[in-house]
Amino acid sequence: MGSNFAECHPVGFRWAMKARERGCKLIHVDPRFTRTSAMCDLHVALRAGTDIAFLGGLVNHIISHDRWFKEYVLHYTNAATIVAETFQDTEDLDGLFSGFDPESRRYDTKVWAYEGTVAGQPELDKSANQPPAKEGQPGVDFRRMPPRTDPTLQHPRCVFQILKRHYARYTPEMVSRICGCSEAQFLQVAEALCDNSGRERTSAFVYAVGWTQHTVGVQYIRTATIVQALLGNVGRPGGGILALRGHATIQGSTDIATLYNLLPGYLPAPSAQVRAHDTLEGWLANEMPTTGWWANGRKYMVSFLKAWYGAAATAENEWGYQFLPKNVGDHSHMPMFVAMHQRVLRGFMAMGQNPAVGGQNAVFQRGAMAQLEWLVVKDLFVTETADFWNAPDVEDPSAIGTEVFFFPSASVPEMDGSFTNTQRLVQWHEKAIESPGDCRSDLWFTHQLVKRLKKLYQGSTNPNDAPFLAMEWNFEEVDGEASAESVLREINGYTLPDRKLVKSFGDLRDDGSTASGAWIYTGIYPEEGRNLAAARDADEYVSLGWAFAWPANRRILYNRASADPSGRPWSDRKRYVWWDDGRREWVGYDVPDFPSTKPPTAKGVWAKGGMDALDGDAPFIMKPDGKIWLYVPSGLVDGPLPTHYEPWESPVDNALYPKHPRNPAAKTFNVVGNRYIDPGDPAFPIVISTYRLTEHHLSGAMTRWLPWLASLMPELFIEISPELAGERGITNAGWVTVATPRGAVECKALVTRRMRPFQVMGRTVHQVGMPFHWGYRGVVTGGVTNELAALVADPNVTIHEAKVFMCQVEAGRNAKAVLARLEDAPRPVPHVGRRERQAAEANIDRAIELAEAAGSPAEILVEPPFPLDQPLGVYHG
Amino acid sequence: MAKGFYTDTTICIGCKACQTACHQWNELPAVNDGQVELTGNSYDNTGRLSALDWRHVRFIEQFPEDRSQDGFLHGSRWLMMSDVCKHCVKAGCLEVCPTGAIIRTEFDSVFIQQDVCNGCRACIAACPFGVVDVGQDGKAHKCTLCYDRLQHGMEPACAQACPTDSIRFGEVSELMVLADQRVADLRAEGVPAYVYGKEEIVGGLNCFFLLVDKPEVYGMPADPRLPSDNVPEGLGLSALTAAVVAAGSVVAFRKERMDGMGGEPPPDTGPDTVPHTGPGGGSPGGGGPPPGVDLVAFMSAVHGANETARGRRAEPKAEGGCGGACGCHA
Repeated sequence: MGSNFAECHPVGFRWAMKARERGCKLIHVDPRFTRTSAMCDLHVALRAGTDIAFLGGLVNHIISHDRWFKEYVLHYTNAATIVAETFQDTEDLDGLFSGFDPESRRYDTKVWAYEGTVAGQPELDKSANQPPAKEGQPGVDFRRMPPRTDPTLQHPRCVFQILKRHYARYTPEMVSRICGCSEAQFLQVAEALCDNSGRERTSAFVYAVGWTQHTVGVQYIRTATIVQALLGNVGRPGGGILALRGHATIQGSTDIATLYNLLPGYLPAPSAQVRAHDTLEGWLANEMPTTGWWANGRKYMVSFLKAWYGAAATAENEWGYQFLPKNVGDHSHMPMFVAMHQRVLRGFMAMGQNPAVGGQNAVFQRGAMAQLEWLVVKDLFVTETADFWNAPDVEDPSAIGTEVFFFPSASVPEMDGSFTNTQRLVQWHEKAIESPGDCRSDLWFTHQLVKRLKKLYQGSTNPNDAPFLAMEWNFEEVDGEASAESVLREINGYTLPDRKLVKSFGDLRDDGSTASGAWIYTGIYPEEGRNLAAARDADEYVSLGWAFAWPANRRILYNRASADPSGRPWSDRKRYVWWDDGRREWVGYDVPDFPSTKPPTAKGVWAKGGMDALDGDAPFIMKPDGKIWLYVPSGLVDGPLPTHYEPWESPVDNALYPKHPRNPAAKTFNVVGNRYIDPGDPAFPIVISTYRLTEHHLSGAMTRWLPWLASLMPELFIEISPELAGERGITNAGWVTVATPRGAVECKALVTRRMRPFQVMGRTVHQVGMPFHWGYRGVVTGGVTNELAALVADPNVTIHEAKVFMCQVEAGRNAKAVLARLEDAPRPVPHVGRRERQAAEANIDRAIELAEAAGSPAEILVEPPFPLDQPLGVYHG
Repeated sequence: MAKGFYTDTTICIGCKACQTACHQWNELPAVNDGQVELTGNSYDNTGRLSALDWRHVRFIEQFPEDRSQDGFLHGSRWLMMSDVCKHCVKAGCLEVCPTGAIIRTEFDSVFIQQDVCNGCRACIAACPFGVVDVGQDGKAHKCTLCYDRLQHGMEPACAQACPTDSIRFGEVSELMVLADQRVADLRAEGVPAYVYGKEEIVGGLNCFFLLVDKPEVYGMPADPRLPSDNVPEGLGLSALTAAVVAAGSVVAFRKERMDGMGGEPPPDTGPDTVPHTGPGGGSPGGGGPPPGVDLVAFMSAVHGANETARGRRAEPKAEGGCGGACGCHA
């Protein structure tokens, strides 16, 4: 579900095909019949944006038909835990959870806590845009005592009973009504899943951005978690929820943290809006639970600071904690472009990113870049982003003052480095050929940039420059490039001062005697000359000798759950990791994810904290209570249980909660050219999804310039059912204009029965789909699909909702006429002359002075204190 | 020992990695530098095998109006198949080549020696699968089974690139064992699978396919014929007489084929009108091919539709078979 595995991850799909040859049943639940569906035993079509209803139906089916895995659920999940009285469900409040503030459209999440626990939510400024950091489950503080439980599961406020009530109305009829699939199809999936789970068998979910790119994206995955936990499919071979990542090493760039709110190794980035983050001790107290594995967080944080700041990080200066920049708001992609549009953000580096095509509401995003002073683009080709000032909708490029620097990039075979895949498997690749001309790797570029900046900053006494001067940067240099292996050695970590490589994160210390760039990767380079990412020793099963999977070369996380509470395999067929009574340790085919000699019968002593607090049958050691969370008492901002809300733009009302059609806490952006479509608006009656094809990669920046690949999918098209095509007079391979309030795009029609109309709540709903690979540069060009999409986001992670919104389609090439008709038509890139620019700069300088005086730079982003020649880019967050 | 491909179409995901790997290894440029039009024929924008496309993935959409589906490959389905030269055991192209440019290699593959080919086009007409094509250099081109790679112990580029092992390379006899087993497994699931390319098909194809619908659905002739089929028994088959007689018969054969090309435009409803034989529509029993169909009609349906939709250059008119270029009529 939520993935087009075969088309977007064809190399990984090899294993799905191998599994099918061995008898595995494959089911594809997806709005379209794709190349993935073609390979499956069953394809269930559902209306885009309704997966929570479908998955919630599964939860209801599993509970009401008593198909849940009792021993697993009782021991390994928080089903028995009792929730505080302050929690009220959406079933009680017509679609809202307790704690909602309609004015700020935010929840006070403290009221969802477990009974009797101290819910130490980060103190958030109400105007702040940053959600509480999520990794490490901050906020649940069980310092006083473990959470109260009722092992009979009868307590009305125990998680199991809350869950049961919450999903009681997600019946097969309701699923069919909302999703547009038949009850029989839904039941077929439900039964297949239940039959294929339990002691002897396991089932896996595979998802990708078809689940994440929604205003309720995080809750999609959460619903799958509930299903898999109830069926006992986590921590076991053949089970789990597999996130297919969108690029070759997007997993790696999450691990080593290109995200603004994370430091490497999922340590939450400090925020200026969380008062506790003023000091390292406060950060630790706020972010690192005292029980479970994260109680080791201090060692990882201190070692991380030593890796970045070396000798400048000392016990006296909080190990350099104050050198770390602090977030002042939501700095993810969309808010960043809003800030750019408001001229708060004045320079931008796009390395391997093409927002002029790939960004939602692409006209707005290009307009934002026109407000920049400078733009650096480093890519394989001169992309649309490098050429944004010359886009077809720009009337006068000379009016745009942005200075653009283009740096040609080396490609993967031209550099050493690694890919971290969806299984957290880090695989090394070696440079095979020299780059042509002046093309350079990102590592070369970054290394050279730092060297030059270091020179510029040399001798500065400005305290603002201290972090840059403190930063340690002494990688081995080969031909002007930092050696990738030397970077990997720093990531792995070493002891100080002798710089001996550490073998595991168990070796890391909080006294400054170790450094590690990302604690989860320790062990990848356990001794000189042994780069395990380059290991290539495969076998027929787990292949521990092939590359390195973080953490600790472990292939399945939480694999203690592959054994029953007493440590025996659930079944012989599914044996994986188990307790060996003779040897008094955990053994198996994988690296056990549990203290190796802690017996299954061990009783935790809460007061001791850390892993000692947890019992021997608590496999989910990254959680403070060692359990899978069916109900999330803290860490999410839009509810402790997933609830079906319609997409932000939807053809119908919410059948479950008529008063709340949309996620009440979704992030919206009130900026120019970003008008939303109201639910049921007859002017835009057609559901649209955007997606990728095998033949191209994302915005096409890597593929549209290659004639071989370009010719395989040469033009932008819309996939449309013969039923809708007939209604609109659209012919196969003929022209179509697709419109939203954000823009209008012309494309060819691919009329196909792989698309189908849905019967939803008693009416016919049409759905179309468009790939988004084309733009105005390259060997093949075409309309920019993302000009249609809106800026609107999930409140937890600020991911957009390009997987579903509403549109209108008509035959012919009428984009200009359609645009003229739209009442809030997006303007071409706004004119910015020198005078306007100077005035704006003066305003920005004044704003920064004001903000600094007030001691609150956050305000710049939220409410620009200076006039703009555009409507204010105030966005809700 | 014969080497070849076993292409299992039931695990082909239509990714076209084979096409791209083939282009790259054999340094075949993209048609019109990649600037082509969308065909509207499902996800196929290549159209056919040609001098520049030695691999071609076909996409066949078979969807009943209600889109019902009842298990793997039952009901609604989207068939994908990577087509390629069959490297026939009895190769029509090789039979008719008057210059000896087309040879059988030590791997039992059929290879066109570019330095010997004189561009007479006899092979084009002689191939019942529409594989051979003449390029801008005036010479005949088709898949070489990566002869250069094989000579260095490497497998062909397409097979190596195939992510799902839909294309398997190896010893034909060994591949056939795998295919027969796969057919048995699929039939146990109720999928009417069969091997296309056993002996009934022009004496066997070294590159054979596992299909689940009639051959013509995939653009393959159900009962392909060779030029030598028209040679009366007892006639001494020296290479020369074979060539002369074959060339003669090819003219008739080719004429028939071209006449049948109606060039009907693609239907407005897209590719959904491809005939669907449904479950059981394949072979009536055993592992052999299904009953034959009219070759002319078949070629007309496949080539006519594809080429008109694509608007690419038409195949050379073949009134004279070799067009006299080879000098065989002199």
